[in-house]
Amino acid sequence: MKHIISLLMENESGALSRVAGLFSARAYNIESLTVAPTEDATLSRMTIVTSGSEDVIEQIIKQLNKLVDVVKVLDLNDGRYIERELMLVKVKATGIFRDEMKRMCDIFRGRIIDVADGSYTIEVTGSSSKLDAFLEALDKSAILETVRTGASGIGRGDRILKV
Amino acid sequence: MEDRTSPHSHQISGAEILIRCLQEEKVKFVFGYPGGAVLHIYDEIFKQDAFKHILVRHEQAAVHAADAFARATGEVGVALVTSGPGATNAITGIATAYMDSIPLVVISGQVPAPAIGMDAFQEVDMVGITRPCVKHNFLVKDVKDIAATIKKAFYIAATGRPGPVVVDIPKDITAHFAKFEYPASVEMRSYTPIIKGHSGQIKKAVKLLLEAKRPMIYTGGGVVLGNAAEELIQFARKLGYPVTNTLMGLGGYPSTDNQFLGMLGMHGTYEANMAMQNCDVLLAVGARFDDRVIGNPGHFFSKDRTIIHVDVDPSSISKRVKIDVPIVGDVKSVLTEMNELLIAETKTPDAGDIKSWWQQIDTWREKKSLVYKNSTEVIKPQYVIEKLWEVTKGDAYVTSDVGQHQMWAAQYYKFDKPRRWINSGGLGTMGVGLPYAMGCQLANPTAQVACITGEGSIQMNIQELSTCHQFRLPIKVILLNNRYLGMVRQWQEFFYENRYSESYMDSLPDFVKLAESYGHVGMNIVNPADVEGALKEAFDMKDRFVFMNFITDQTENVFPMVPNGKGLSEMILAGEE
Repeated sequence: MKHIISLLMENESGALSRVAGLFSARAYNIESLTVAPTEDATLSRMTIVTSGSEDVIEQIIKQLNKLVDVVKVLDLNDGRYIERELMLVKVKATGIFRDEMKRMCDIFRGRIIDVADGSYTIEVTGSSSKLDAFLEALDKSAILETVRTGASGIGRGDRILKV
Repeated sequence: MEDRTSPHSHQISGAEILIRCLQEEKVKFVFGYPGGAVLHIYDEIFKQDAFKHILVRHEQAAVHAADAFARATGEVGVALVTSGPGATNAITGIATAYMDSIPLVVISGQVPAPAIGMDAFQEVDMVGITRPCVKHNFLVKDVKDIAATIKKAFYIAATGRPGPVVVDIPKDITAHFAKFEYPASVEMRSYTPIIKGHSGQIKKAVKLLLEAKRPMIYTGGGVVLGNAAEELIQFARKLGYPVTNTLMGLGGYPSTDNQFLGMLGMHGTYEANMAMQNCDVLLAVGARFDDRVIGNPGHFFSKDRTIIHVDVDPSSISKRVKIDVPIVGDVKSVLTEMNELLIAETKTPDAGDIKSWWQQIDTWREKKSLVYKNSTEVIKPQYVIEKLWEVTKGDAYVTSDVGQHQMWAAQYYKFDKPRRWINSGGLGTMGVGLPYAMGCQLANPTAQVACITGEGSIQMNIQELSTCHQFRLPIKVILLNNRYLGMVRQWQEFFYENRYSESYMDSLPDFVKLAESYGHVGMNIVNPADVEGALKEAFDMKDRFVFMNFITDQTENVFPMVPNGKGLSEMILAGEE
């Protein structure tokens, strides 16, 4: 099952590679991993999307907690959470495609952020599955390029991950 | 030469700061090997006498010797190596310590900071290379950070589940100047090891144990490393329950005690493995149910067994085997709390149940799974170990390498005290035996130290015979020389239809002459009748290093054996192969 794990770690060089190395060394899956500093410059916040049996997820959480640079770990799936990912898609926008792309973009609440003679660049945010659905809805031959950030997640309501 | 800028008052060089830090940590020995990137540090070592530097002949041995010093004493071992090849040579030693949770601080030199990333001479990304085999590592980027980093390194290495910590220091940082201030304590928001176990869980565990019909206590290296042998003995004796130790746990409970069932696992005794498989309440302390201990976890699983697991590392709990009552905490603290509960407890175990459990265990004991067929023609390796135990009165520090001789040492030398049995259990590193003996002997100059080894393993760090001579270490090498990589040969005999691929050791040196060439005493022992006399003669030479080359039976195998992937109760016993 897919899990979204959030963690706070010391904002130190090498901290990211400790996490990435842990996943490869112990053969855990990583679907996506995003990291950036927080409002406290000494801390980085990482969101890891992974999958595995409950036993594997339990080990992943324990192994992450064991890393000396990791301050706090939270499995967002233990409660209610919000997940968002940003995707930029460059699509063909010529002839009949031009209107069709605009309509599709509106349906998925995307925004066209760059316009060229033959293409649009569309920005879409949402859960990873929404972004997947958007790509599926497009004609494959119309997609020129995609780039995705990987998911970020946050607990709903009073669920807070903070030091 | 890089710029050694002149100091302001009260400022000292990074190299001197490092030395002062080691003094603050009351380090007695630094095992190392000099080179370009650590020259400033070696210059400061030259000027001090607070600790002794032990010059090894290969960096791997420096780390192993520091590791053994830590295992034998409980203190943090310290090794110092130069950048590049010095650093990479240390890796096997670091990984060995990591697998067995040994507290080490390994200091490596690095090329000057501005040269990092330039593919400089003797440059290697030490922090990157060691990341998967250290508890933590640091690259020091500023002379002002040296003291705080070393303080953290010792703290991290020794606390929680111990482990090796690498501190990589660029050469220019050791030449820069700063004021020396050693922090009195360490606070790390990201690292707070748990000491006290959950009281509710501990109460639950004691209750389960008191109600058990077929109880079993299984303990590992955690009891030895956690200095909890006394607490374990008190607990086990109070209850009168059977105890088994893992390879790493030997000495945690006295081997000569009647409640001790021997080592368990792949080469464990019949009674220990059967009791482990058939118990109804299992107390695991500082052990991790690894593949060499319980074999196939699917076979081990039983819905009729409740497992209590005490360990300082939460990730060791429910990793291979699902645990019913997990207790995260320092084993000494948890066992102390359990002992207090037992003393206050009015309920006692059901005498009838426990008696019939012991009767069952006694029938397993009657298999006498460690009995071997002795010979008057050829030396049996087991016999050498039994005689070694007698001659040293069971009181030696015994190191071993890895292979058949290691298993025989574990089976036939009855360890009654913790920190006496020093071997590479997790990584299984051939070549540790001799440097391990060096670390033990330096830690205990007047103790008897025996290195039980094979002709394969000893040649993996044979150069240390020179170090042993330099520091006059009166180690006794017990070489069980069967002219085969015995454990490889055993597997080839059992599982590869006797195709002995590359497991024969040809062209061996004349070990007696070799030992003598390094200034030691060498002995060849060929006749079983000479074994005991030779051992006595060797141990009577209290100030000499003696290399004993025992020519042993080439076809002897280690029994019992749980074949790889099989269950604990599926042992092959001697005579059944």
